[in-house]
Amino acid sequence: MKLGLAIDLDTCVGCHACATACKQWNTSGTIGPLTDTNPYGKNPNGAWLNRIRTFEVGESPQSKTVNMPLSCMHCEDAACVTVCPTGASYKRDEDGIVLIDQDRCMGCNLCAWACPYGARELDPGSGTMKKCTLCVDRIYDEQLPESERQPACVITCPTNSRVFGDFDDPESEVSKLHKQRDGKPLMPELGYNPVNTYLPPREPIQRPQGGKVLGKVKQIVNRIIYR
Amino acid sequence: MHPAFSVLIFTVTAGAGYGLLGWLSANELFTWWALSIGMQISIGTIAMVLISIGLSASTWHLANPKNAWRSFSCFRTSWLSREAVFAILLYPVAAMYAAAIYFQWESVSIWAGLCLLFSFIIVFVTAMIYASLKTIRQWHHPLVPILYLLFAAMSGGLAWAFLLAWNDLELGLLIPVLGALVAFTTLTKLSYFWLFKVPGGSSIQTATSFLKQKVRILDAGHSAPSFLNNEFIYDVASVKLLRMRWLMLSTTFVIPFGLLYWLPNTLSLALAFVIMMAGLLTERWLFFAEARHVVRLLHGQQRV
Repeated sequence: MKLGLAIDLDTCVGCHACATACKQWNTSGTIGPLTDTNPYGKNPNGAWLNRIRTFEVGESPQSKTVNMPLSCMHCEDAACVTVCPTGASYKRDEDGIVLIDQDRCMGCNLCAWACPYGARELDPGSGTMKKCTLCVDRIYDEQLPESERQPACVITCPTNSRVFGDFDDPESEVSKLHKQRDGKPLMPELGYNPVNTYLPPREPIQRPQGGKVLGKVKQIVNRIIYR
Repeated sequence: MHPAFSVLIFTVTAGAGYGLLGWLSANELFTWWALSIGMQISIGTIAMVLISIGLSASTWHLANPKNAWRSFSCFRTSWLSREAVFAILLYPVAAMYAAAIYFQWESVSIWAGLCLLFSFIIVFVTAMIYASLKTIRQWHHPLVPILYLLFAAMSGGLAWAFLLAWNDLELGLLIPVLGALVAFTTLTKLSYFWLFKVPGGSSIQTATSFLKQKVRILDAGHSAPSFLNNEFIYDVASVKLLRMRWLMLSTTFVIPFGLLYWLPNTLSLALAFVIMMAGLLTERWLFFAEARHVVRLLHGQQRV
């Protein structure tokens, strides 16, 4: 299995719900707590496993606002695992999830340096590295109804822009989306083979232009509707 | 990259220590100077003290040092783990070398050879911790380990020259050799600066998958600096960087070089060593401050 996420850059509205749901679940999950320092003060800080950036793509006025959530890509060639001196960072053979053993981590930051996606953050409380677990403590939990055995960020996304699944299975939704929508990896030139895929925004639909008279009628109708 | 002071102290001090130990062991193998037993042991002790100061400084940088002992476990994959293993292995080897000197064993040249080899390996492996990171273009380059080795040989060599002069030994060829080493290292460092003059490699386009379009950041997604900002986005005014480069070039290379040539006596060699160590701290600070991690692209920088 090669578990990961397909993230739809077309429909993501940048609401940060995935980031807060992630923080809420994982702060009491297997790698928790996710400590905050000065949470209600002037400069709040703390470990987050998911961050959303907003970019403007293209030249104005044809530009598009793209919200880009970034969490661990669960790379196939994960450099963060290779550089780890204590063996705290590991990649699971069975499903490809990259995890950190909190009892082994010495907080040297080297894995965060090796990660190009900023997916690893040092917990200011425990002094150990924290990262996305793909909600490993949810997706295999047989106490949960099957529809809820998904990462917290995926369940919470109001626009279904995050899809979770197995990229090794060509029939899975993520594989189909990746193929149909021509999903893209981020920074592929570094050679880490990230598993998560980003579905590019769809091209704007070219509306057929009507004749001159029809155009005029449309214009009038539009104006009436607008009022 | 944020320059952690403990790491600067570690690489500079331990580097000089490994360099000095390297010179001492090389002298045992090639007998350039005839040193008394006491002198050999004191120089070796000074080297080990420098190394130990550096290694303990490196542990201040750990956020969870109680697990530091586990860093010996991933020798096969991690450069940091290799560094830890070799650094610890050197201690028994150096102790055997000291015993071999003191008791005048036949095997002394074997232990000296091992010390020389270990010093070389440890400096190389330390540099590879940085050079193995593909995420930082300024570090992922063969010149990085070469420069670390040159700096260790240079600063250790200056300490060696001072200790010889202090004990009234004829320096002979050492001064021109050190001068050539300083000059060669200067050229190597300058070519390193020249190589990374223009940003290259990953861009904001490859970081966001929009390869053919103009991309600019609108919002980095947080209201206050996070771990990522503090660690990777260390912004210094370019004027300050330029001044630090001049300061580094003069204190690491020009002043020690001048002191070596014009006044090769004990005092000036001591002064040259102290100034070079300060210069190397500046050099290591620049090594971090000028290194640009690709996470900067996700925070709006166009190229690294």
